Amino acid sequence: MAAPIHVRASLNPAATPASVMEMPMVEIERLHLWYGTKLALKDVSMSVPKHRVTAYIGPSGCGKSTLLRCLNRMNDLVDGVRIEGTVRIGGIDVYDPSLDVTELRKRVGMVFQKSNPFPKSVYENVAYGPRILGVKNRGDLDGIVERSLRSAALWDEVNDRLGDSALGLSGGQQQRLCIARAIAVEPDVLLMDEPCSALDPIATAKIEELMLDLKNSYTIVIVTHNMQQAARVSDYTGFMLLGELVEFGVTRELFTSPRDKRTEDYITGRFG
Amino acid sequence: MKTLLRTGEPFIWLTGGALAFALLMVTGLIGIIVSNAVGFFWPSAVVRVTLTDGKVLTGQIADRERVPGTSAEYRTKLRVANRDLYGADFVWIDDKTIARRETPADVVVIERTEWGLLIGAIKEVRDGGAPVASGSAALAELRRRLPDAAELRRAILRVERSDIGAINQAQEQVRLGLRGLEIKGVTTGADVETLRARLTELQARYQTQEARLAELRKRQGATVVVTADGGKEKELAIAQVVSVSTPNTLTLPAKVGHYLAKAWEFVADDPRESNTEGGVFPAIFGTVMMVMIMSVLVTPLGVLAAFYLREYARQGTFVSTVRIAVNNLAGVPSIVFGVFGVGFFIYVVGGSIDRLFFPEALPTPTYGTGGILWASLTLALLTIPVVIVATEEGLAAIPRGTREASLALGATKLETTLRVVLPAVMPSVLTGLILAMARAAGEVAPLMITGVVKLAPALPIDGTWPYLHLERKFMHLGFHIYDVGFQSPNVDAARPMVFATTLLLLLIVVFLNLFAIGLRQRLRRKYATAAV
Repeated sequence: MAAPIHVRASLNPAATPASVMEMPMVEIERLHLWYGTKLALKDVSMSVPKHRVTAYIGPSGCGKSTLLRCLNRMNDLVDGVRIEGTVRIGGIDVYDPSLDVTELRKRVGMVFQKSNPFPKSVYENVAYGPRILGVKNRGDLDGIVERSLRSAALWDEVNDRLGDSALGLSGGQQQRLCIARAIAVEPDVLLMDEPCSALDPIATAKIEELMLDLKNSYTIVIVTHNMQQAARVSDYTGFMLLGELVEFGVTRELFTSPRDKRTEDYITGRFG
Repeated sequence: MKTLLRTGEPFIWLTGGALAFALLMVTGLIGIIVSNAVGFFWPSAVVRVTLTDGKVLTGQIADRERVPGTSAEYRTKLRVANRDLYGADFVWIDDKTIARRETPADVVVIERTEWGLLIGAIKEVRDGGAPVASGSAALAELRRRLPDAAELRRAILRVERSDIGAINQAQEQVRLGLRGLEIKGVTTGADVETLRARLTELQARYQTQEARLAELRKRQGATVVVTADGGKEKELAIAQVVSVSTPNTLTLPAKVGHYLAKAWEFVADDPRESNTEGGVFPAIFGTVMMVMIMSVLVTPLGVLAAFYLREYARQGTFVSTVRIAVNNLAGVPSIVFGVFGVGFFIYVVGGSIDRLFFPEALPTPTYGTGGILWASLTLALLTIPVVIVATEEGLAAIPRGTREASLALGATKLETTLRVVLPAVMPSVLTGLILAMARAAGEVAPLMITGVVKLAPALPIDGTWPYLHLERKFMHLGFHIYDVGFQSPNVDAARPMVFATTLLLLLIVVFLNLFAIGLRQRLRRKYATAAV
């Protein structure tokens, strides 16, 4: 039943020496989640280090997106969901009943599988979050929009059409716009739910490059079912199967010397 | 055969045929309306026929058909007009009894403010009983005097409507003020004295205006004498002449000019002669205003209801039931909505308003009777399912991801709804509004009992305070069609008017819809959303 908790195990210097020094940004302890009566997450415990890219891999339906959505409580929107366990982000208990969930989501940004820009102009898409936070000054907004679009490596492509509809951008541009929109409110953590699954290889490469840039300022958690992507961009990887976190550790080690038979089977392509 | 079916070709023919059939019926309907309406203003020639028995009839040919029960005999319907002289506007003549036809140049068609057209030859023009011109000079003299006569008529109307109308209204206000004081038990004192003094002053002003009116009327002494068939003569006050034309001698440009002038009169003037002559301007105004008030009422209500159903309510049996019920409301006969409007809006709501705010006017109702507000509310109720359904479909088409993106940025549900969902759903709301407006503009039955009248004395917007009079009764093109076509004393003469009014109503609906479609296009371009 109990999944191997490798970050905890990594307190043993011999296991993953690098992670000993890491500052945890997100701490998950004994998290269970039910959709109605169906158990979707089983006793997940792990820590996500600050300013690193952490990836979850696993076959479809293994619960990796569900786990991601627990971090900004997007699962609250689903009817009949029940959660047990603790999630702390930056030391704050995410499931504390007194916590304002909108405050949490301002600190934990999210990029979705399917790019979902608002049916508004490019500018208004990026300015949406700051406006929600109460930024009204046009000059401030202009600064935020430009900074965010530059961080998302989109500024040079769209600076001459900020007033055009965001839905007129290409798929890759839309997804980078969504990233710009998420980082416009300067969150601590950026969650990415299969951000490249609908993109072509060139757009995917751009976003992966972007993630490596962004991890200097943000803690990134990414869900992907593309193992090469996890290997390319992430510092830590967790392998999930049937709602369990089977193995979690430094990416290189997980891919080169998995400790669990199931992880090995998956990354060598024997199933999934 | 089997291969033919496999190509799918027959099915394409079937679908195409269905569309063609539908289009044919619609264009046929519109064609009938247009063909009957556009000729209405054309100055048709006046024919003088001499029958075999020596009788002479002068008039415009209105219709020609086979005599029932014969194979090759035809009869002609002649519009002889001169209702006051002959008693009937139209005469059927068997073609075989016609001995001679001619189109005399001296025949004039006079449009007057009473009794319909006058067809005949002008004999002379008199002023104060004495002849001033006769024969061919009389027509020129009549034409010379017409602009002045029209100006005088307008001046009299102005005095009657605006000046005396304002005095009447002020008097009514003072009377209501007195009555209000009386209800409170005040029958003497400074307030009452002030009001009484004001009443006397208004009475004096009324006398002045009456004197002015009498002076103006005195200037209307000129008459024109017209000879009609059978030697009958008619002396007509020039004040009553609206226009005079000689259709048999008109050139084509003159006919076009006449046509345009008549068409303009139709859309811009007040009706005359129990609506069968003149224009339909008050009905256009009433229709457009009612549709606008209805739009203002139905849009927020429908959108809010749809938002609750789709965004907030727990989806389940209850919401599904509500949704089905809303859709089925469209099947309730519109007259039932009218009855509800009378029972609830007029008697309950309007009655309460009267008791609370206008007790001094009772038992005369102010809001407790049909009016444009209640008619608009009733139609808003009638069209609300359309707006709800269209809005709901629009909401369903907005991707879940769009809402999630907003929530994930820390926006509350309300912020998401107002800033993201509402702008995105606006094109769908307008689609619903377009359907609602078209439905409301053509509806007649519920209006007949909630505030539409045959002839409204004043428009719902005018120059007297508070300028917008929502309690007033109003005229409506749809009801006008019913009234002119089926309730007028002279249905035959009014029939082209019915078609012209129908065409006008269609054009207004098209115009309102184009406006809404333009607005929707702008919104869509702005947000580049999918067409819903």
